[in-house]
Amino acid sequence: MNIGKQIILHIAVIALLAALDYVLPAYHQGVFSRIMVLAVFAMGYNLLFGYTGLLSLGHAMFFAAGLYGAGLTVYHLGWALPLAFVAGVGCAAVLALAIGLLALRTTGVAFMIVTMMFAQVLYLATLYFGQWTRGDEGIVLPQPTRLVEFAGLHFDFSNPVTRYYAALVLFAAVLLITLGIVRSRFGRVLIAIRENEDRTRMLGYNVFANKLAAVVISGAISGASGAAYALLFGYVGSTFASVQYSILPLLWVLLGGASTTLGPLLGTVLMYYLVDFSSDVLARAVPDWNFSYLGVVGIALIVLVLFFPKGIFGTIRAHWARWLP
Amino acid sequence: MKPLLIARNLSRNFGGLKAVDMVDFSVNPGEVRAVIGPNGAGKTTLVSLLCGRIEPSSGVIGFNGEDITRVPAHIRVRMGIAYTFQITSIFPNLTVYDNVALAAQRTLTDGRSRKALDASVRDAMLHVGLTERASTPAAALSYGHQRLLEIAMGLALHPRLLILDEPTQGLSDGEIKDFIKLVRDIRKETTVLLIEHNMDVVMRLADRITVMENGRILAEGAPRSIRANAKVQQAYLGTADG
Amino acid sequence: MGFGPHLLLATLEGLVTAAVLALTALGLSLVFGVMRIVNVAHGEFFMLGAVIAWGVASMVTGNPALGFVAALVVSPLVVGAVAFLSERLVLRRLDYNPESTIVATIGLLYLIQQAALTFYGPEARPVEAPFNLRIQFPWFGYSGYKLFVIIAAIVLLTIVWVVLTRTRIGLIMRATQIDREMARAFAIPVERVYAGVFALGAMLAAIAAVLIVPIQQAHYLMGLDPLLLSFIVVIIGGLGSLRGTLVAALIIGVSDGIIAMFFSPTLAKMIATAAVALVLVFRPQGLFGTASR
Repeated sequence: MNIGKQIILHIAVIALLAALDYVLPAYHQGVFSRIMVLAVFAMGYNLLFGYTGLLSLGHAMFFAAGLYGAGLTVYHLGWALPLAFVAGVGCAAVLALAIGLLALRTTGVAFMIVTMMFAQVLYLATLYFGQWTRGDEGIVLPQPTRLVEFAGLHFDFSNPVTRYYAALVLFAAVLLITLGIVRSRFGRVLIAIRENEDRTRMLGYNVFANKLAAVVISGAISGASGAAYALLFGYVGSTFASVQYSILPLLWVLLGGASTTLGPLLGTVLMYYLVDFSSDVLARAVPDWNFSYLGVVGIALIVLVLFFPKGIFGTIRAHWARWLP
Repeated sequence: MKPLLIARNLSRNFGGLKAVDMVDFSVNPGEVRAVIGPNGAGKTTLVSLLCGRIEPSSGVIGFNGEDITRVPAHIRVRMGIAYTFQITSIFPNLTVYDNVALAAQRTLTDGRSRKALDASVRDAMLHVGLTERASTPAAALSYGHQRLLEIAMGLALHPRLLILDEPTQGLSDGEIKDFIKLVRDIRKETTVLLIEHNMDVVMRLADRITVMENGRILAEGAPRSIRANAKVQQAYLGTADG
Repeated sequence: MGFGPHLLLATLEGLVTAAVLALTALGLSLVFGVMRIVNVAHGEFFMLGAVIAWGVASMVTGNPALGFVAALVVSPLVVGAVAFLSERLVLRRLDYNPESTIVATIGLLYLIQQAALTFYGPEARPVEAPFNLRIQFPWFGYSGYKLFVIIAAIVLLTIVWVVLTRTRIGLIMRATQIDREMARAFAIPVERVYAGVFALGAMLAAIAAVLIVPIQQAHYLMGLDPLLLSFIVVIIGGLGSLRGTLVAALIIGVSDGIIAMFFSPTLAKMIATAAVALVLVFRPQGLFGTASR
């Protein structure tokens, strides 16, 4: 049965990531911790863009809501990490609810622009309230605030191994949640809305309510990624609220394959290393080119949308493995 | 008999055009009703008003004794009004099974059991003869089969009123014959409102016929009396024959 | 200086913003109106216009006016050519699908930024104004060049307006805007109209940028603000409505100048952006547009 294959595949991916910790050199271990957290962001984005068919250009606001919700409560209020994480996710979910109620009144291009503008408002707010957020410069969470005691065990999130496994736990949880949603009746309704909104309504579904639920879940997952990023890597800054962080999840999802459960991870891994590679190797080869992520991201977006719109897993599914979720 | 569906003074304007103009209309439980009329007579607008896809400019709609004039479309579907689209409207990238399941799972929300859902989907597919194609993506079906899939989705909703908007358009003679059989089967369980151009289908299926012209109801009655109606002949049948 | 003169100064500054904004936003509005696509790279055409203006002006020696005039001619042509090529090579292949074109123009945005960074560098550089004239008001002196920008923009806008409303080219564009298929049936070369409109929209942004570089320095990241402001103007004015675009540019430009003088510019931007997003949610036809159908 498909469900069996699907579950085995996802468990295998999680196991592979767990094993990688023993193999990877320190630098790449750090990179992969970051990638797993960012892939959670991409999975949240994918739920809305890939499965529900809503293209948001403002998801940085949900990531940032999680980031600041967690980071500021730790830094200013001295909250414990688990509580701060919950606060981050909560902030993102509430924001997503409010934004969803407004933005879902629009469709198509207007939806993209509205989400982009609301995200810009939040970005400007992180600059404006600089006395708390320290704007562009950002806040570094001091090491002592990143300890947590749980069930008699001590975790230090500035320790790379702890960090790797924390990122893995979050990633695995969200991956399995996504798989569950996609396979559920609710997931089928989201796909139906993407495929044919009018028909879905005429089957008796409240399209608005289902879309709103998708926005809130997607926002909360993106917020969880932001909150984890703040707590694991100890930095909170307004770059993470900027337009760039709304475009990146779109790019990761497009590359890995929209509306595939594993596409976001693959897209994030490839893009991260591509940018890393280009800014490293190219910068050394042709130093006066000032090569940065801009060129790589630009070319990747255009090439993907022109020649490769289904992404990697989307193409694999279309040609070889129809059972991929 | 108390009508299942009733509309009073129903109007809908598009700019200056009166697509539906002060229409009084009712459908009795258990009947097969056909709505006919030349292109642009307002048939599709009328059923769109009834199922809630568009809002009326004025007038009242009642269903099963309740005022549904302001009730959103998806709630009307849950109350028992199912609509199948004139232009085939399915989920092209989903399988036949998933298409029907989307309709069935709505009515089974309370049940929550996978078995009941599966049974309901298989039942609807069996009804229209698509069981063997359950795992085919809808886009890969022939046009005739896509029309049948539409009807299967309508049936899986277990409606009290099934609205079919030009269901035989583009079907072959053989497919039309099967369709007539199918509707005769369906009517045992549900009331049917049929918009149809094919007069042969209308005459063979309908208990009563409503003739529309220019947004108004020109005549209404049994097939025999409609066929004999001079006004109708002039407005509609005449042009069809000539 | 009292409140009155202060307000006058703010209004003048606002008019300069409005003039440049009107040209830029008109380009975006034309592209959206005729082609029904949102060009996210529009701000980068603006940036490219400014950067090329610096390049041209720095090559021409002698009187700064010569360099400026050369830039005013060359920069829009180059930017127009870049836009024309991207339309041919990218947008057309996507068949102007709204979502795909947005993604593609985001890609274009990054690509143009990278190109500017590679060939122009990360520095901000000014272009010398073509003339140095100071107009003395009773309370303060004001740059004659800024007044020239206002007048130049008015002249250019008038020309565009006449072309759009009075000439065959304008008629063809409007016909294409109303119904692409019908226009095709009437033997209008829709493909060429699209390429032309996309290039023209970019050229308007480039001209605006050339006008602004003597006041504001050229920098590879300068495109984001004009893009967002143009969005704001086009939305407030009503998507695709040229008259609305001009009125909105005036209002946004002037109020931006005045607000920025009395309040924190960040707060002003925040409020304006939020307000505009709400306009798009609750009144998608814009404040001045009428509902289509």
